[in-house]
Amino acid sequence: MSKTVECPECGATVTFPEDVMQGEILSCPDCGIELEVLSLDPPQVGPAPEEEEDWGE
Amino acid sequence: MSTPRVGLLLSRVRLEEKYLLKALEERGAQVEILDDRKIVFDFHQDGWNRFDVVLERCINHSRALYALRILNDRGVPTVNPWKVALVCGNKLETTSALVREGIPTPRCRIAFTPESALAAIEEMGYPVVLKPAVGSWGRLLSKVNDREAAEAVLEHKQILGSYHHSIFYIQEFIEKPARDIRSFVVDGETICAIYRYSDHWITNTARGGRAENCPVTEEVDRLSRAAARAVGGGVVAVDLLETREGKLLVNEVNYTMEFKNSIHTTGVDIPGKVADYVLRVAEKGRAS
Repeated sequence: MSKTVECPECGATVTFPEDVMQGEILSCPDCGIELEVLSLDPPQVGPAPEEEEDWGE
Repeated sequence: MSTPRVGLLLSRVRLEEKYLLKALEERGAQVEILDDRKIVFDFHQDGWNRFDVVLERCINHSRALYALRILNDRGVPTVNPWKVALVCGNKLETTSALVREGIPTPRCRIAFTPESALAAIEEMGYPVVLKPAVGSWGRLLSKVNDREAAEAVLEHKQILGSYHHSIFYIQEFIEKPARDIRSFVVDGETICAIYRYSDHWITNTARGGRAENCPVTEEVDRLSRAAARAVGGGVVAVDLLETREGKLLVNEVNYTMEFKNSIHTTGVDIPGKVADYVLRVAEKGRAS
């Protein structure tokens, strides 16, 4: 069964995809905030890092 | 041949990194993820040579550049090499390399004070585009239509920006047909290209531009390969602008390219092509 966590921003349920990886960025389906997967077991997420000036490709 | 050991240096695991990881593992590589927020480099202790190659996928340009420099100086091959990051991560460096190699690119001037920048803009004629030398995703680009706007933007950059915003990169504004072209070059081969459509003058897909397949014409191929060669690269994405006269100009070259919107659009297995190249670099490193 897919793991779920609570969105730290709005409290909605966020479901981990089957192939989820630590460090992956997910979006909360309710509030849209970007969340970083901090741990798979136990499932934990936190707000994704804020964009910085030298970010890019 | 023993299992290739690949370091995947990254900041965030985006779709691109997942695709690359999968492609590398499918090809038999042993991949270790290196989070750039956690790694520490000790100049006096080696250990990085446990990798046959490191694939750099950082979001921060500074972290990418310095990590690549340190790894290359320790003899670890990287995709891309640090010099490619140096040239592509800074628009001034990129333009200088393109012009040095005779590659068509929009007219550009550099000035170091608001006064000399204003004089340069007035000489070039309006509109012009002011860009930060370091930056991406179309952020902080200013299209300057007249002298009043030029004065305002230059003053804001000087007063509100950090020091490097006072290196004024001034580019001719190219009237393009609501789209630009992004081509993908891997190991000297133009593997595919997309059109990026937008009604906004900034066509970056990170800003909501729409992608469509672009045929790799002889000219797109020639210019893309030449631009990749000029920056010294490996794996790069080349941004091309079409002028009203139908000429192509190389605008920018990206060294940690994003491609998630381009795989389906082009039908080309971009992460697979990158992974193949990364493993060739690993093999070459081991043979030397």
